[in-house]
Amino acid sequence: MALHDLFLALPIVFATLWAVLLLIFEATAKRAKLTFSLTTIGFLALLAMTLIMNEQGYAFGEMLRISPYAQFANFIFVLSGLLVVTLSQSYLVKENIHFGEYYIIVFIATLGMMLMACAANMVVLFIGLEIMSIALYVLAGVMRKDLRANEAAMKYFLLGAFSSGFFLYGISLIYGATGEMTLFKIGIYLQENGATPLFWVGLSLVMVGFFFKISAVPFHQWTPDVYEGSPTPSTALMSTASKAAAFTALITVVLNVSSQTDNNANWKFALSTVAVLTMVVGNIAALSQENLKRMLAFSSIAHAGYMLVGVVAANDAGYAAVLYYALVYSLMNIGAFGVVGLLEQHRAFTNASDYAGLFKEKPLLAGVMALFMLSLTGVPPFAGFVGKYKLFAAAVESGLSWLAVVGVLASAVSAYYYLRVVIFMFMREPQTETHFDGIALSSTLVWIAFFVFMLGIFPTGMLRFSGEAIKFALNL
Amino acid sequence: MESSLLSLTIFFPFLFGIPLLFFHREKTSLSKFYALAISLLVFAMAVSMLLKFDPSQGVQFQHVALEAWLGEETDVKYIVGLDGFSVLLFAFSALVFPLVILGTWTSVQKNVNEHLFFLLMLETCILGIFSALDLFLYYIFWEAMLIPMYFLIGIWGGANRAFAATKFFVYMLTVSLIMLVGIIYIGIRGAVLNGGLFTTDYQKLLMLDLPFSIQAILFWLFAISFLAKAPLFPFHTWLPEVYAESPASAVVTGVLLKMATYALIRFNVGLFPQASAYFSTLIVVLSIISIIYGAAIAFAQTEMRRVLAYSSISHLGFLTLGIFAFTEEAMQGAILQMVNHGLSTGLLFMLIGFLYERRQSDRLADYGGLKKVMPLGAMFFMIAMLSSVGLPGLNGFIGEFLILIGAFKSPILQNGTYAVLGAIGVILSVVYMLPMFQKIFLGELTSDANRHISDLNVREGAVAIVFVILIVWIGIAPSPFLQLSEKSTASMIEKVQQNSSLTSK
Repeated sequence: MALHDLFLALPIVFATLWAVLLLIFEATAKRAKLTFSLTTIGFLALLAMTLIMNEQGYAFGEMLRISPYAQFANFIFVLSGLLVVTLSQSYLVKENIHFGEYYIIVFIATLGMMLMACAANMVVLFIGLEIMSIALYVLAGVMRKDLRANEAAMKYFLLGAFSSGFFLYGISLIYGATGEMTLFKIGIYLQENGATPLFWVGLSLVMVGFFFKISAVPFHQWTPDVYEGSPTPSTALMSTASKAAAFTALITVVLNVSSQTDNNANWKFALSTVAVLTMVVGNIAALSQENLKRMLAFSSIAHAGYMLVGVVAANDAGYAAVLYYALVYSLMNIGAFGVVGLLEQHRAFTNASDYAGLFKEKPLLAGVMALFMLSLTGVPPFAGFVGKYKLFAAAVESGLSWLAVVGVLASAVSAYYYLRVVIFMFMREPQTETHFDGIALSSTLVWIAFFVFMLGIFPTGMLRFSGEAIKFALNL
Repeated sequence: MESSLLSLTIFFPFLFGIPLLFFHREKTSLSKFYALAISLLVFAMAVSMLLKFDPSQGVQFQHVALEAWLGEETDVKYIVGLDGFSVLLFAFSALVFPLVILGTWTSVQKNVNEHLFFLLMLETCILGIFSALDLFLYYIFWEAMLIPMYFLIGIWGGANRAFAATKFFVYMLTVSLIMLVGIIYIGIRGAVLNGGLFTTDYQKLLMLDLPFSIQAILFWLFAISFLAKAPLFPFHTWLPEVYAESPASAVVTGVLLKMATYALIRFNVGLFPQASAYFSTLIVVLSIISIIYGAAIAFAQTEMRRVLAYSSISHLGFLTLGIFAFTEEAMQGAILQMVNHGLSTGLLFMLIGFLYERRQSDRLADYGGLKKVMPLGAMFFMIAMLSSVGLPGLNGFIGEFLILIGAFKSPILQNGTYAVLGAIGVILSVVYMLPMFQKIFLGELTSDANRHISDLNVREGAVAIVFVILIVWIGIAPSPFLQLSEKSTASMIEKVQQNSSLTSK
């Protein structure tokens, strides 16, 4: 059945082949603009595949698991990758780092994420994680001559490698405890035999690896430095799609061991502690950030906290809410980073105060940015609100009202720092006359803004997809 | 057809406000006339619904759309309708916006198109608030309203506008998010009525019989939001600053529209009757504190807007007193008084806006003797002030009288002291209002700058006349207005009184 396997895993197979072709092409032709177009075509083809394909089943001897769940996740990754690539070009040209390899690496990172979402085996999961992470380390350091970018890449690489070690060690302990690598077989073993302390240590280590990737407190310290130092479009990818990938894999793992984690008070306590810390620390630290990239870094920590609330809730509604939130969060955060990247000039103009008077000079750009900020705050009628609502509703439903209250209070705090940007844009006079000249709002940003608005008013369809997807996360 | 008229009215201002953003940025008279035309059209639609409204029926003009809005496993939908509580406030809101647009015709100089756009967006949110019959939908309108308010205050406000706007936004967002938890919780509880399906449908939730302990929690999750918005002591701290820094347009709409007190009746009293009866004494005590405290502080203010801001706190106390006295007179008085206070204080704020436009000052000390240069302005100010202090024959008297009568004989409060203390508040309002009038209009023209102030022009006079007509109309013939809410009030009071006997058993 090898042919059927190939067909099932078509998006991943296609992405791998396309990435290799792109590499060969770039190595021989060295035409960055053309590579950009080809990468975009690759993303569009992948997007079409995730939307059209409706196959499900195991492929390659229970290594990959293709399901609507993986399709939905892949849709998020591919869409994010596509948006990041289209937003990157002007930034790379501006910063004199317009290499074709950049796009290919974004493409490969996306491939890694897709592998994570489809993984049915812990080893495949790890391979996906590594493909994604190594690509992201490179993206962080793509500005080779820049000191901050080097610091970011180094920090990200060292800490990332460290956390991969945890993750791998955790896998080996789980294997030692259960004798299985395939996720659903681990689940079956646990149902029949229960969990040993060895398994718990292994699971904890795996969770630490995930927490690092989603930058949950207390594994978040790398985030602000790396996000600040990396080129802004790649920061957008790190803060959105890679988190979404980690969350999808985390949900798969948690669902498979749910016979042990459901109704386990210690587990609930540990996970909700991390969620609360992540929301509170992320939001409070963001309050005092002057640099927007650092501010968005801390806010992305906080958003990981909100998504963890959905995982703590541990019901279908909660997991579906995480998927939905991952999508809208990716959209609005890529949008916000897109605006930051548009205005940034060789590391200058990244402070909130540099945005003073933007409304006067570029009203539409200011309006789009304000929309992203309000949506990130979670104000209706934007998509961020629906996402948060679903997360907190799931928490209340599973009897965790207190967690929902902490969450809403934390997001009330976030209003302050998001609105600061709006204040500068709309309510202050421009400081210098010239620095907004020549900045054109890209149509990509307008489209993102449009989707953020539409997903807030008409979320029904997308919510149904995420709700359907989650039913396939465990059972085929 | 009838049903979609309501939805059309709600979304008309926002949808037709969007083109304003692309109008010519310098020649703005076209955009002003355009916005005025839109708001007048909306008003016409609202009036046609008011005329068709049948007070003996329940919810009318109902329109349902977007079933299973948030997925199949939840019963959340778009549902709007008007009943006796909301129809008057709905029509009144639609009247307010053309008046505000006309009243602030020349006061806004920069970014006129955006100003009008945000006003129209605000109108959509407010009309939505008064007609939403689903808690989730209500919440969306309630919080979306913060966006236009935030920009109106922040872009077109006074010197300290950014701070005021942020304070307003964060304050309101925090309390509304607490309400959101309440909405989720009641939705989950409501599943028993709805075949196990999460529901936020207001009409279904009305049948919900919650145990008292849960009602008490939910009551406060909702009430904190509404009491802070109203605002009632001790949640009032945002109001003076925000009113002092806001542009005239935002203040007037804010004063005119009693969304919070309406929501108290609709949601707190409607959904949690037992808890409402139980906590009525506490709320009434807070109301009395608000009435007297607000009046006392208003007396000591040196700026016109701050006097009115604190007087609003005082007047708002009457509304909550009227609602939580739980007699038909008091509640009907409260509903009417929502409109009345809007009319009187709204006109006062509007006139102060006209003064500010001419003199660029809010301080009472800068004025004096203005009666000589603007007799027309003085006359309107006098009428608004007398309405505000409750002179018989004008609208304020009717509302306050009904509230005090109702509070006096309330079977739930069982104590006439509250009504007596409330009556003291009426007297106090004279104490701070008359000196303000005196300081602005009477005496000699002390400052040269005041000598050249012109009287109200035709446009400003026309706006003021509309207010005065309503003030006198409600004052002389209140019964058509009271009839609108009669049936809804009666059934709600009955529900509360039945439930209060449950608690006392």
